[in-house]
Amino acid sequence: MSVTLNDYLILSTIIFMIGMYGALRRKNLLMLFFSTEIMLNAVNIGMAAISKFHGDLTGQMFAFFIIAIAASEVAIGLGLLVLWFKRNNNINLDSLQSMKG
Amino acid sequence: MFEVVAFYLFAFLTIAMFCIVVMTKNPLYALSSLAAGMIFISAFFFLLGAEFLGAVQIVVYTGAVMALYAFGMMFFDSINDIKESVANPRVTFMMSGIIALLVVAIFIAPIIGANATAHYPIGVSANYTGVVVGNVQDIGLVLFTKYLVPFEVAAVMLLVAMIGGIILAGKKMDISITQLSEQEIDNHKTDTEIAKDIK
Repeated sequence: MSVTLNDYLILSTIIFMIGMYGALRRKNLLMLFFSTEIMLNAVNIGMAAISKFHGDLTGQMFAFFIIAIAASEVAIGLGLLVLWFKRNNNINLDSLQSMKG
Repeated sequence: MFEVVAFYLFAFLTIAMFCIVVMTKNPLYALSSLAAGMIFISAFFFLLGAEFLGAVQIVVYTGAVMALYAFGMMFFDSINDIKESVANPRVTFMMSGIIALLVVAIFIAPIIGANATAHYPIGVSANYTGVVVGNVQDIGLVLFTKYLVPFEVAAVMLLVAMIGGIILAGKKMDISITQLSEQEIDNHKTDTEIAKDIK
């Protein structure tokens, strides 16, 4: 009995689904960022697993770049969030509907 | 055997931590368990023989990203009283359908990819140095040859993100707009405008 590629991919799917559930359910914008991080990490696990089981380094490279993208996304996103909070004094997702008729 | 035990242990821990992140009402608990989940994910990278990626995961996520979130969280004091209203059930049905499709695709993917061959096989650095040294050398070799341009583009992207973050969040850091009353904010604005006029 050993861990196969499918086990890793199923784990990756489960974590991705948790992240997607959080992104759909939560109204707190900070929680939306957390859910995005969870989804990005789920993809990273899949990439690393495929890299191992197919013996190719490209998967690890892509995971590496995904980490870089996640880091810059956090920097920009939190900057925008701080700006939004200074202006509106809340980080509720519903407060973003400023064009609601 | 050790690998199987470690895989299931860390899978359970990771899923539990991420469930706490999406379920809890308290954002501080969410932040802490997200940091824990990130560290547990790095365990998978070590299990998969991607030591460099595991180290980067710990350094970047729990070192940089979590610190940034903790820093950002200090701004949001009224964080607890956000109402989590129930979403549209039709959206939920549609999304569960999409997720089901995703699961099917993931189960099929290994069958499709069974004939794929490696362009950059693990252990590529052994061709150059003659000794098998490990994951970090492999990563370095591939990263600085084939993926040199994406690497530099990523560096520029991180620089732009840093400048963007500073400009967005760092405006008027010396005064806390959130703690002033409306009257005081108006007064402050007029003060700065007067200062501009004098200049």
